[in-house]
Amino acid sequence: MIRKTLFAALALAFASGAQAQTEIQWWHSMGGALGDKVNELAGKFNASQKDYKVVPTFKGSYPESMTAAIAAFRAGNAPHVLQVFEVGTATMMAARGAILPVHKLMKDADEPFNPKAYIGPVAGYYTDSKGNMLSFPFNSSTAIFYWNKDAFKKAGLDPEKPPRTWKEVVAAAEKLKASGQQCAYTTSWPSWIHIENFSAWHNVPIGTKENGLAGTDTQFQFNTPLHVRHLTMLQDLAKRGMFSYAGRTNQGGAKFTSGECAMLTESTGGQANVRRGAKFNWAVTQIPYWDDVKGAPQNAIIGGASLWVMGGKTNNAYKGVARFFSFLSRPEIQMEWHKATGYVPITYAAYDMTKKSGFYKENPGAEVAIKMLTNKPATANSKGLRFGNFVQGREVIEEEIEAVISGKKEPKAALDEAVRRGNEILRKFEAANKG
Amino acid sequence: MEKRVVFQSKWLPYALVAPQIAVTIVFFFWPAAQAVYWSFLVQDPFGLSTTFVWFQNYAELFRNQHYLDSFRITAIFSTAVAVSGIVISLLLAVMADHVLRGALAYKTLLIWPYAVAPAIAGILWAFIFAPSIGIATYVLKRYGVDWNWIVNGDQAMLLIVIAATWKQISYNFLFFLAGLQSIPRSLLEAAAIDGATPLRRFWTVVFPLLSPVTFYLLVINIVYAFFGTFGVVDATTQGGPAADTQILVYKVYHDGVKAADLGGSAAQSVILMIIVIALTVVQFRFVEKKVQY
Repeated sequence: MIRKTLFAALALAFASGAQAQTEIQWWHSMGGALGDKVNELAGKFNASQKDYKVVPTFKGSYPESMTAAIAAFRAGNAPHVLQVFEVGTATMMAARGAILPVHKLMKDADEPFNPKAYIGPVAGYYTDSKGNMLSFPFNSSTAIFYWNKDAFKKAGLDPEKPPRTWKEVVAAAEKLKASGQQCAYTTSWPSWIHIENFSAWHNVPIGTKENGLAGTDTQFQFNTPLHVRHLTMLQDLAKRGMFSYAGRTNQGGAKFTSGECAMLTESTGGQANVRRGAKFNWAVTQIPYWDDVKGAPQNAIIGGASLWVMGGKTNNAYKGVARFFSFLSRPEIQMEWHKATGYVPITYAAYDMTKKSGFYKENPGAEVAIKMLTNKPATANSKGLRFGNFVQGREVIEEEIEAVISGKKEPKAALDEAVRRGNEILRKFEAANKG
Repeated sequence: MEKRVVFQSKWLPYALVAPQIAVTIVFFFWPAAQAVYWSFLVQDPFGLSTTFVWFQNYAELFRNQHYLDSFRITAIFSTAVAVSGIVISLLLAVMADHVLRGALAYKTLLIWPYAVAPAIAGILWAFIFAPSIGIATYVLKRYGVDWNWIVNGDQAMLLIVIAATWKQISYNFLFFLAGLQSIPRSLLEAAAIDGATPLRRFWTVVFPLLSPVTFYLLVINIVYAFFGTFGVVDATTQGGPAADTQILVYKVYHDGVKAADLGGSAAQSVILMIIVIALTVVQFRFVEKKVQY
């Protein structure tokens, strides 16, 4: 009797051992409602098959989770999948031994993967010079223009006609100020919007070598007369009390939602918070441009993050990751993510599906971002960017912008200094990643 | 059982001290040694390629204007925090010493802020002084002061000095109060009989007798201003705007963790260690001479 029980127990143990699920660790930085959605997607995948279990873990902000993953990699226990923001792309790409390129992952696992299914700026950002995709696009956004319709009416401006050019923005700001508006304009993400996206939107380079996509020996080039003119305008608006600087991240959103500032440039992902908190009529449209620049508006470049696969894991686990990525690529999953979060639909199929569902008729603001990204076919100046140590690089740009806005520096001197300091950082990255 | 002052056992003292030594080695000496080693390398964040570059990291630091600015900012910040911390807490201690009714209540309330972590203190003051929604901002607007520390570097520095000092006042207060209460009343009475005014009594009797406490607090406050205030800066200004509040210790964190420049960060860490050691040695060598035990 005891022998039988023992045998049965052993058989059971072995049987469940063979059916053990392979766990796939996914570290991400999606907090709050976004995190809930991430868990939902992982749950759906886990329920759809038995062999793999994706375990998402919120690891803090983008820099925090990237640092945690780097430390974990050094200790030998990195996650399988890591969400890395766009400015970390160069660092991840250069870490050849630490990552497994997505195109290789999908090929080895025999999963279908077509880079052309992704919209231009999204694919271009995460592709190497040979056209191979290195990371899996997941949440992409771009910058759009928000305006307070009630404040416009009060200032005598047509609430249904937002400014299209920066000259019109200045004119609107003057009228708003005259009507008693506390602050006419504010912004979030100063470098991303006013240098990076600004350059792409006007089809001028941010740096040589296709903004770094074609090589680490790139040099910054954002100190042209056009950039100087743009920063001079911002400095002038600040001096006249019409532009209130809010900070380096998304703090501008709060100034707009509270009604303090009537115009805002911010990520499309900021719409969720404005929707929740604004007590006035508002709408969104594409970012303004300087209409005397040939070719403007070109197309916008993305923000957000992508999923990287870390090296050193088992083939079995990689099969699971590939299956999970295939799952995430399905148009209906993409559409669900896009509708719930405000990030853009990253494949043409998902975009079409969302259009057919009538979502954009009810929510026209949700389509502005993707329209900006697909405005024209991308040129060498507007495919995206890839600068090494760009976390540091962006901060240098932001420091110089802050010096301009506070009146401490002249725009030309500040931009020249930003280019000089930025190039130092690029050279350090180039040297540290030779071979 | 006999009472002994000296241990008889040969191994027991070592065994008892061993855990603390182990902690000190693991958490202080080992990371310090690694920082010194890493300051001589240039490496990518993942540790996949490292190159030995002698003193290149150090040379680059001293060529970097921003690093040199950081020295100036740290000097201003530390002096402001240490001086204002000691002066304000001495004033409060002298006044609290004179209070007869409700003394315990005053003392408890004055000591309470010490229990607040630096990061929380930073966030509290950041809320009070928030450019759009802070209470202090409203009051300042009434008096015509345009408070926006996100753009104005001097205001940002004022914010972190206030947040950092507020906490430390409690700690200093505690020590000053104890020091004041250990001064024999007879000395003060003798001075009063001799016709000394309260101010004179303070400077010629009380302050010299407080000098051991003051010296100790000076050392502690300077070390706190250099290292303990990291939480305050991280929770409020993060070194901004335009690097106007980037104290040395915050720059070490920022360059190492956020910018993944491990060699440069390690070099800064070593330099910071040398500075604080030097400051402490200077204090013990020269200032301690003036202390009257």
